[in-house]
Amino acid sequence: MADGCAAPDQAASLAGVDLTTQVVLAGKVLAGDQPVGGAFVRLLNGDGDFAGEVVASADGDFRFYAAPGDWTVRALHRTGNGQASVHADGPGLHEVAVGVS
Amino acid sequence: MSRDNVLVSAQWAEDNLDAPGVVFVEVDEDTSAYDGGHIPGAVKINWKTELQDPVRRDFVDRAGFEKLLSEKGIGNGDQVVLYGGNNNWFAAYAYWYFALYGHENVRLLDGGRKKWELDGRPLSADDVKREATNYVAQEPNPAIRAFRDEVVAAIDAKHLIDVRSPDEFSGKLLAPAHLPQESAQRPGHVPTALNVPWAKAANEDGTFRSDDELRELYAEAGLDESKATIAYCRIGERSSHTWFALHELLGLSDVKNYDGSWTEYGSLVGVPVALGSES
Repeated sequence: MADGCAAPDQAASLAGVDLTTQVVLAGKVLAGDQPVGGAFVRLLNGDGDFAGEVVASADGDFRFYAAPGDWTVRALHRTGNGQASVHADGPGLHEVAVGVS
Repeated sequence: MSRDNVLVSAQWAEDNLDAPGVVFVEVDEDTSAYDGGHIPGAVKINWKTELQDPVRRDFVDRAGFEKLLSEKGIGNGDQVVLYGGNNNWFAAYAYWYFALYGHENVRLLDGGRKKWELDGRPLSADDVKREATNYVAQEPNPAIRAFRDEVVAAIDAKHLIDVRSPDEFSGKLLAPAHLPQESAQRPGHVPTALNVPWAKAANEDGTFRSDDELRELYAEAGLDESKATIAYCRIGERSSHTWFALHELLGLSDVKNYDGSWTEYGSLVGVPVALGSES
C-alpha cells in the first residue's frame, strides 16, 4: 500500500485497521434510506480544502483515514449531490451518513 | 499552447468513439473499474504492472514503452485520448510518459472517468482487442523530468511546487486521506516549495479550471511564470496533473515533474526538510 494510490476496497471490513491510532471516517451514501453505490465521495478539511476522494462501494460504503478535526464529506452522483459534517476528536471509527438528492 | 490541442471534452469523446485513428486508453492503478465498465472501445493500461519497472524504482524504459504500446494496438500516428479514475491522476501521469517518449498526438479527457460517469454516458464491459502495431518511441525528453539532485539544487533557485494537500505539506498527514497513514518517510516538504494542491486546479467534477482561473491560482501562490518550475507530490502522479496544467494548458516553457517526489525526497539522508504550513 505504501507506494500505491488506489483506495482500499471501500466495502472491506475494518479488520486489520488499528483503531487505536488511525482516525477513520466511514459511512454510507444514501438516497432517502436506500444506499447509493458508485458515488464519488470527497473529504474536505475544516478550511474546505480537498483532502481525498474515493468511489463508494456498490452498497454505498466509503472510508477515509484522516486526522483529528472537523471534516466535510461531500458525495457526487449522477442522480444528485449532498454533504455532511463530521468531527473526529481522536483515533477510532467516526461514522457519517451522506444523503444525495 | 491551446487547450484544444491537449484536452478533449466528454462530449467530443462521445461524438468520436468510433472515429478512425482515435484510441481511448483508460489508465489506473486499480483496473477493476475498467473491468466493470469502460468507455466503449477503450483499451486499459495498468499503471502499476505495465507502466512501472518491475524491479527498479523507475518506470518503463523506451523499449518497454514501445512493446507496451505495440501490444495495446496504439500506432505512432494515432490520436491517443487518456482518461482514468482519481481525477485523472494516472491518466495525467501516462500523458507525461507519452510526452516524454515523444508521442505527437495525445490528449486528456477532461474530467476523466468521474465526469463521464456523472454525465451518465455509456460504459461497456466488452473485451477490447486491437491489432498489434510496431510502435517506435523517441529517447526520453529530459526537459520535463526532474531527478533528486536537481530538486535539492532548486531550493532557493527555482520554483518548487508541492501539489499535495495542505495537511501533507505541513507534515500532519503522510499520505492522502483515502489511504492508511502508514509510511516510513519523514513528513514535511522541500524548503521554499509553494503549496498549491493539485485539487485547486480542478473543479469538483474533475474537469480542469479555466486558463484564467489557473493563472490566478498560481499567481496568488507566488508563481513567477518566467521562472523554471519543478512540481512534486508523493509518488509523482498528482504532480503530473499540475505539470499538465502548467506546461500543457498554460504553456509555461520550463516545467518538470519530479516523479521521485516525497517518497524519495523524504527518505534522503542529509537533505533539508521544512515542517508547517510556511514555504
